[in-house]
Amino acid sequence: MISRFNVRSAALTLVAPVLAIVLAVGITTVVLLVSGDEPLETFGYMVDYGFQPRTMVLTLNLATTYYFSALAVAIGFRMNLFNIGVDGQYRLAALIAAAVGGAVTLPAPLHVTLTVLVAVLVGACWAGLAGLLKATRGVSEVISTIMLNVIATGLGAWLLHTDRLAVAVSGSNNIGTKPIGPSGQVPGLHLIAGTEVKVYGFVVVAALAGIGFHFMLNSTRFGFDLRATGRSESAAVASGVNVKKMIVGTMVLSGAVAGLVGMPQLLGASYSYSLDFPTGLGFTGIAIALLGRNNPLGIAFGALLWSFLTNSASILDVHQISKEIVIIMQGVIVLSVVVAYELVRRYRKSAEQRRVGQELAATAEPVKG
Amino acid sequence: MRRDQFLRLAAVVLAGALATSACGGAENTDSAKGDPSQPAKPQGAKIGLAYDIGGRGDQSFNDAAARGLDQAKTEFGATANELEASPGETEAQKEERLRLLATGGFNPVIAVGFAYSKPVAKVAQEFPNVKFALVDDEAAKGPNISNLLFAEHEGSFLVGAAAALKSKKNSIGFVGGVQVPLIAKFEAGFAAGAKHIKPDIKIQTKYLTQPPDFSGFNDPAKGKTAAEGMFDGGADVVYQAAGGSGGGVFTAAKAANAFAIGVDSDQALTADASVKDVIITSMLKKVDVAVYTFLKGFASNSVTAGSTIYDLKVGGVDYSVTGGKVDDIKAQLDELKQKIISGEIKVPDKTTG
Repeated sequence: MISRFNVRSAALTLVAPVLAIVLAVGITTVVLLVSGDEPLETFGYMVDYGFQPRTMVLTLNLATTYYFSALAVAIGFRMNLFNIGVDGQYRLAALIAAAVGGAVTLPAPLHVTLTVLVAVLVGACWAGLAGLLKATRGVSEVISTIMLNVIATGLGAWLLHTDRLAVAVSGSNNIGTKPIGPSGQVPGLHLIAGTEVKVYGFVVVAALAGIGFHFMLNSTRFGFDLRATGRSESAAVASGVNVKKMIVGTMVLSGAVAGLVGMPQLLGASYSYSLDFPTGLGFTGIAIALLGRNNPLGIAFGALLWSFLTNSASILDVHQISKEIVIIMQGVIVLSVVVAYELVRRYRKSAEQRRVGQELAATAEPVKG
Repeated sequence: MRRDQFLRLAAVVLAGALATSACGGAENTDSAKGDPSQPAKPQGAKIGLAYDIGGRGDQSFNDAAARGLDQAKTEFGATANELEASPGETEAQKEERLRLLATGGFNPVIAVGFAYSKPVAKVAQEFPNVKFALVDDEAAKGPNISNLLFAEHEGSFLVGAAAALKSKKNSIGFVGGVQVPLIAKFEAGFAAGAKHIKPDIKIQTKYLTQPPDFSGFNDPAKGKTAAEGMFDGGADVVYQAAGGSGGGVFTAAKAANAFAIGVDSDQALTADASVKDVIITSMLKKVDVAVYTFLKGFASNSVTAGSTIYDLKVGGVDYSVTGGKVDDIKAQLDELKQKIISGEIKVPDKTTG
């Protein structure tokens, strides 16, 4: 009886994401039909392209970046803190880390460690500001992190100037920080056969961060306090949790992970922070955290799916199908996930009520058994 | 039958709505649909064109490239596939865009904007038989890369001089889209030109956004506010190098009964009819000519690798006279133009301080 129930419970956990994807595919099909493109053909192109070895590497690489971002957001979410500032945190962190990494030459492991450490520190400090404001002055972190994003943009633009952290690339209209030397670069890995392109070495760090997140949440005092505060602040206070300390701590941790967002790109591909450094990753992270239900494994799947969709936009463009279809799909998936989980939750609740009712009825009539 | 008609109508309406909301993303359907590896038309080249953010329909930089492409398409019977960058994307995505064009059999491939520098350098190496053109960047070098560059500061010098000559209040303004070195070239030339005429002229400068926020190239409301501030502050001629935000500058000039100077295209022709009369001249950056010339060279098999600089001498940059508002000072401007061409006047391409 109990094992059967567990199987059903596990199946129910899977139902929600599957339902969400089915919904998303359904709605996208309608949009494609309406815009006059052949849905089957379109999905065919996407899948075809998505499973080429080259594309698989690109998907994995982009997903690594997304993963850090979503993890940073999820840490906050677990405590009911909405860190919208991941975007500003990672941009500022990447810029300053790039400048430091480009300015020094050290033995390889030290060089990389130093750069990453700077990024983590900058991210943590920038997010910590929002945490402090909330803990001491009661400022909503939603407002303060949005504002800190804008300040990060201004500060970044000021720093990325040839008088300060940037150098001009000769013959180019681009400017960037001094390129990080070979000792500071993280080599790629040959994980997927059939292509020359390498997977970012940071994929390992991402996996470790995910495991660390799981361990932190489930096996440490900090993680317990974090979850408790997220569930009910008053209950947490009653059981002796220092909520103010938790707010600052959680924001700092969230920001520290946000500092890692730019690292795969910086240390694995561009080696410099220039005008065309990718932006907006922090907002993508919010969507993926929602998609993965703030669970490290769920986020991994979410990041891979999101990255696959983003990359497949290129092939749609080549086939003259509006690549905005992909953005519609991503949006619909997030919405469907929210809806699907709510449906499953309600179903679970009523199933539970029925089961308890049945069991009670069974114990009330012992004579028949 | 009736249902079919309804469906078709619904499709048209929705597709229209999508096209407008997707910034013209659905407009480039004029080339062959389907598998890009199959030649759609036997004659002519298959041209691949990768735009920067904004793509066809930005009424500015990308559109200029599109004009050159369209001209070549009709003239040489070529087909084209036009792809567009997404905001905030990574270099890997730009690289993949170029690679997909090259593997799809497109040759030549044109990349518009300096952000394509590293991707072009990399992909051109992988496809030695494909010719690449790169607009606004010469850092990427290769035997199959043609770099198309512009002397924006020289053209801006002339419109700067025009602004100074036309200003009655001895006060002018410059609105830049995004604070990047490329736009600083416009500013430097403009300021030098104005000061050449009136050394004591007051110049207000404002950039709409700072990187990585590139919305300043596509936000007319910001352009309007910035220009309003300048007109309130005493300026009576404002030069804009702000791409799609420029329309707002024109609106503000119209309201303030002042003058504006356009950029990239001859905006006295391309701008909204209600504001055309405030545009005294435009700094022409002839991306269309550069793209067309490159494609023409490709058609006649005479493409040269390396940098081609489109400056005043070859007419790659210039000032426009549409509307006749600078006819009275044309002689002076042309004299300055000759002095720049002969090297007598050196125009700075960087702002000081």
